[in-house]
Amino acid sequence: MALTNRDILHKYLRHNKRFPHIWCPGCGIGIVLGACLRAIYDTGWSKDEVVFSSGIGCTGRAPVYVDFNTLHTAHGRALTFATGIKAANPKLKVVTMMGDGDAVGIGGNHFIHACRRNIDITAVIVNNMIYGMTGGQQSPTTPRGALASTARTGVVEQPFDIAELAVASGASFVARTTSYHVHQMEKLIYRALAHPGFSVVEIITAAPTCFGRRNKYSDAVEMVKEQKAMAIDVKKAEGMGFDERRSRIVTGVLMERDAPEWTRTYAEEVRGESPAGDSGNSPGETTPEETK
Amino acid sequence: MSGRPQRELLCQGNEAVVEGSLAAGVRFFGGYPITPSTEIAEILSVELPKVGGTFIQMEDEIAGIGSCLGASLSGAKSMTATSGPGFSLMQELIGFGCIAEIPMVIVNVMRYGPSTGLPTSPSQGDVMQARWGTHGDHPIIVLTAASVLEAFHMTVKAFNFSEKYRIPVILLLDEVVGHMREKVLLPADEEVQVVNRVKPEIPPDWYKPYEVTNTGVPPMASFGEGYRYHVTGLVHDEMGFPTQVKSEVTASTDRLFDKITRGFADICITDSYQTDDAELIVVAYGSVARSAREAVDQLREKGHKAGLFQITTLWPFPRTSLENTAKVARMMVVVEMNRGQIYREVWRVSRGRWTVHKVSGTDGEMIAPQMIVDAVKEYGQWR
Repeated sequence: MALTNRDILHKYLRHNKRFPHIWCPGCGIGIVLGACLRAIYDTGWSKDEVVFSSGIGCTGRAPVYVDFNTLHTAHGRALTFATGIKAANPKLKVVTMMGDGDAVGIGGNHFIHACRRNIDITAVIVNNMIYGMTGGQQSPTTPRGALASTARTGVVEQPFDIAELAVASGASFVARTTSYHVHQMEKLIYRALAHPGFSVVEIITAAPTCFGRRNKYSDAVEMVKEQKAMAIDVKKAEGMGFDERRSRIVTGVLMERDAPEWTRTYAEEVRGESPAGDSGNSPGETTPEETK
Repeated sequence: MSGRPQRELLCQGNEAVVEGSLAAGVRFFGGYPITPSTEIAEILSVELPKVGGTFIQMEDEIAGIGSCLGASLSGAKSMTATSGPGFSLMQELIGFGCIAEIPMVIVNVMRYGPSTGLPTSPSQGDVMQARWGTHGDHPIIVLTAASVLEAFHMTVKAFNFSEKYRIPVILLLDEVVGHMREKVLLPADEEVQVVNRVKPEIPPDWYKPYEVTNTGVPPMASFGEGYRYHVTGLVHDEMGFPTQVKSEVTASTDRLFDKITRGFADICITDSYQTDDAELIVVAYGSVARSAREAVDQLREKGHKAGLFQITTLWPFPRTSLENTAKVARMMVVVEMNRGQIYREVWRVSRGRWTVHKVSGTDGEMIAPQMIVDAVKEYGQWR
């Protein structure tokens, strides 16, 4: 019997963790975390085999609330830890949740190399286009001209397109949506989790406190409505010029392809294990078992 | 890797590190190439897959240590190897390993710095960086080796300490030891004492990953074993959850230091040579200790009461051993390939009981025995 959303949250949120969470009213991170939990539920994975990791920033605080093996690493380094976790025990299901500054600012090098390596990790990137935890400094994805506490007259640089960066770097599943499109978000995260390879889901979210206020949005609702208005399905965006694409939020699956996955390739080509055999290099016995 | 017999090899210090790591049970290496440590990565890329382990070349040294910390959380004994520039990049995550109490071994084959420096002449310039390189007050264990055989044994020790005390352990070799070839007799694997991290034996619901235990070191579950817990670089309570409660902050930090303080006698490895009646003690570590031993012999031949205090555990500094060795000493000469990093420690411990001098090798060359003998004479007071 399928669980309701409430049941799913109850199942996966930590009961021994003191709430409330740290996120501001109107923030999109909680929406993304909720979608992650529903998507993980859909995979049927046990809580014991899931590793939920993050770096630093508002998004980095997500793991502490959820009842998996959870890891809150240093700023930008989530994917390096995740790579070691997965490489040393490929049976684990590794999910990494990062913000834009974490993933493509300080962690940009790790991000493109994780894409290139195509190791079976799912990266959920919450792109709110600002450094929220430190109070609204410009991030590598802040739009040109937007105001930030370190760009008082507007950002003079052009932003990264995270999803396209992932495609160009070799990630074998790349998708994008917004915090308005909650159902699509859940489905895309599910597909990313199920995909055998490095998968990226970029989610455009609102940071009403740190981005919205300074950029004259009246509230979070206005920001989410703007996401809806700017979103365009990837199929409809075909044939658009570069500038036009960049002026919209292209949503949907931007890349999905079969590509050699790192742990499997390493097991077969370097260790010489048989493809049919378990590629696991489990140092301990991993017998996932629900305890709750 | 069980079952390798006792064997005689002609090998480099870096190769001995690989042999030691395999004897200790290494199963993961993540790193980035840098001379003079690269042989460690190269050889492990061949050897690890043979034992079911994993080698991965990461995009930089930060990713190297990050992947090792992750692999250790998966339960694999992990190691990375680097030299000064890469060691500098690793500093932030060394602190993560300390506060989250994740075992791993970092080998730094020191070269002359700062920056790109003299690639790749020997140096011992990273002694203080190994102690204090990561930010914040933290304990650390740093070992060194003076010979190829010691490089083997200290690598095993490094793994054992990291597993026993749940802390990153740094093995500081100088380029001389890393690249020098010597004939060594390596013990059979079954004769090597290997320590593995203590695992929880209680039901998952009772598990407190950072509990205060009577050893000071809480049992460590691997990810995927059913003990779902939180690992963070934030100061945390016994459950691993972030805390800012003063009493919990103090308790958490105190325990990090306490577990190492309690292990002092176990951790501090030193060697004394001709020190019983020594009025002059030469203090040295790494390849310099070899020259110092020869210098002591030469001084003895000339009738001087000289001895050698060789330091193998640099941090925590083996203060008690030094004091016990120096009962009749009047003078100490600290010889090192830097401008006096351990010299200051010896001076601090002396508290006026001995005069302390230094011999600094800062030209990118080994320190020869004659240089030590000449320096000792220069310090006068010597008959």
